[in-house]
Amino acid sequence: MTEACFNEMYDSGAVRSLYAALEGWTRSMPAELRQMKQAEAEALFRRIGITFAVYGEGGDPDRLIPFDMFPRVFSQTEWRRLERGIKQRARALNAFLVDVYGRGEIVRAGRIPAHLVYGNEAYEKAVVGFVPPKGVFSHIVGIDLVRTGPDEFFVLEDNCRTPSGVSYMLENREIMMRMFPALFRENRIEPVEAYPELLRRTLASVAPAKCDGDPTVAILTPGHFNSAYYEHSFLADLMGVELVEGPDLFVEGGLVWMRTTEGPKRLDVIYRRIDDAFLDPLCFRPDSMLGVPGLMDVYRSGGVSICSAPGAGVADDKAVYTYVPDMVRFYLGEEPILQNVPTWKCAEEDDLRYVLDHLPELVVKEVHGSGGYGMLVGPKSTTEQVENFRAKIEADPDNYIAQPTLALSTCPSFVAEGIAPRHVDLRPYCLVGETIELVQGGLTRVALTEGSLVVNSSQGGGVKDTWVLAE
Amino acid sequence: MLSRTADNLFWIGRYMERAEMMARLLEVGGRIALLPSAGHGYRNEWESLLQASGTALGFAKTYGDPIQRNIESYLFFDRDNPSSVASCLERARENGRIVRTALTEQVWDALNTAFQEMRQLERQPRSELELGRLTEWTMRHAAQVRGAIDATLLRNDGYDFLGLGYRLERADNTARLIDVKYYVLLPRADYVGTGLDSYQWMTLLRALSAHRAFHWAYGGDVTAAKIADFLILNRQCPRSLLTSVSGAAAHLDHLASAYGRPTPAQEAAVSLRDEVAGLTVERIFEEGMHEFLARFIRQTGRIAAVVRDTYLSGEMR
Repeated sequence: MTEACFNEMYDSGAVRSLYAALEGWTRSMPAELRQMKQAEAEALFRRIGITFAVYGEGGDPDRLIPFDMFPRVFSQTEWRRLERGIKQRARALNAFLVDVYGRGEIVRAGRIPAHLVYGNEAYEKAVVGFVPPKGVFSHIVGIDLVRTGPDEFFVLEDNCRTPSGVSYMLENREIMMRMFPALFRENRIEPVEAYPELLRRTLASVAPAKCDGDPTVAILTPGHFNSAYYEHSFLADLMGVELVEGPDLFVEGGLVWMRTTEGPKRLDVIYRRIDDAFLDPLCFRPDSMLGVPGLMDVYRSGGVSICSAPGAGVADDKAVYTYVPDMVRFYLGEEPILQNVPTWKCAEEDDLRYVLDHLPELVVKEVHGSGGYGMLVGPKSTTEQVENFRAKIEADPDNYIAQPTLALSTCPSFVAEGIAPRHVDLRPYCLVGETIELVQGGLTRVALTEGSLVVNSSQGGGVKDTWVLAE
Repeated sequence: MLSRTADNLFWIGRYMERAEMMARLLEVGGRIALLPSAGHGYRNEWESLLQASGTALGFAKTYGDPIQRNIESYLFFDRDNPSSVASCLERARENGRIVRTALTEQVWDALNTAFQEMRQLERQPRSELELGRLTEWTMRHAAQVRGAIDATLLRNDGYDFLGLGYRLERADNTARLIDVKYYVLLPRADYVGTGLDSYQWMTLLRALSAHRAFHWAYGGDVTAAKIADFLILNRQCPRSLLTSVSGAAAHLDHLASAYGRPTPAQEAAVSLRDEVAGLTVERIFEEGMHEFLARFIRQTGRIAAVVRDTYLSGEMR
């Protein structure tokens, strides 16, 4: 299976010029040195404290995400096209959100079924009719991309709520630069370090109507037991903003305040890393201890901005995903630059029949699932697994979509036996505020198990530094 | 700064100081155990350590007899004992992880390294771990954290909350250590002034890394009065009660002036400092050493409570 895939380092057997320097680099690196460097990288990650706890697994709460030192490389030409496609998609997704919480033109025009939008669990009735500052619902759009050939990129899914992993993009680079400075002298690699500053500016640019003067920004975290806590604290640190938990905040006089040692301090923009359901126990889940009572009232009256805006999730639903190319055409009047993976919606009868007939060849996902859980990878599954899944789909077809098993591209990776191709994907982080920004880089996730297509960190995937070469 | 952040910093200080004091107590115990028994049997000395650290009840529940090895396990490794060195280091590090944004990389690194090495120590067979090595290890890491704080941390309010935690904990701990020596180790007045007595005093000074300093400062014979003066009233001794409480008052003064408002916490600390500064050894002996120390420990506890209400609870308006 691996053999038939596009290996990003080669072009019909010859090393692509992008990777020429890396080829020399690996050749000049004996196995012992490589192991030493790998251990050094691991020690750095552990000392910095970048760890990832997997929910419900028990075991080591300070588990590291495996870091593969072999970088993944893009050319300027490749990147420019991706960038245009990503920004286009981010614009369309936000236009869609403003629309479906407003007049719903796209539904009226019959371009997307009403029940998919208004009947969606992620559709937030509490914000109907409210337009967030600058008309932005999703301020950080993580678009997961896979590649199957030199020019074939597909969007696997959109993440409009709070895509995580950007700290890895930054730290992978930092650690590579520390360990292999020569590589960076010899290659002209576009920096990614502007990200935190761009993020801060993006957040400040969507300050609420009632904010006068310099907006105060904070990150709202579920707390230090959360698996992504490191990332929350890392970003707060690099942006120079407070990292708050729900109990640190309270609502008074139509505004949100932080409890500080000097008394209450007003908060204008909240970059929340908790789900909608937990934001405000008065509006959503009454048992939530993570949120702030009364927050939604303040939000709706323009006293505070919440990023991403409550309700943004309806745009990254896997069933809605299939309509994103239509959104691009509908709102922007452009042809989509990035393609979707062809998708069968089990909710539709013809599609369902096809899916059930071809189950062993397909990847089937839950509409609302994430993290690589609850999916079937047909070609990698036993007959029994396939049949079990068939029963699940038949029981609740609306809950599933199916896609062909893509021949995901591979990138050379360091493995126990030396260097071998492993499947990769890419998550760039697009920032949407007053302007739309994208740093030249992203997070490359790699399935380190031979032949595996699942890159999620919760399933043993690793990460790589991602280079975009300057012209 | 967020009240919760201030709270986390305050507790980093307290836990690091407590971890160090636990190690110092263990060292006192280890040294006293090398002495021929003083009539009450070896059990008594070890038991007194548990009393001093406020962990006697918890220990009795888990282990029963105060045997040295068990006490070592309980005071050093036991995670069920919230005051053990391992518990303190883990909590200090967890508090640090929560407020990473308020710490420099060096301070975090020092906290995290201590924690990671602790996890390695826990995996080693206990027979390979001499008590002396464990206590020295603890003090080294405590010094590294303090050094990183001194050398790299911005002198802002966060520094004051950290320092406040350190000073209040130290005031409390030094008082408890003197109390073990004076009240528990030596219940009978006729021991005072004997060879055994001065050996025990010297052990106490040694545990505070202050026996050389003491000789430089006082010279001549070691007497209870000189040592009490050194550990309670001497401004030069870094662990004396007066130094600790003055430090706490200075941090609170600093916070009050930085925030532009005086607080009851500041008032309480300044009044305790002034009271201790006005004392003499004679007056303390008149009151009774144990009675004085118990009162002092209560008062530092009260300051900590007022600090919490004022700054750490988030209720300030």
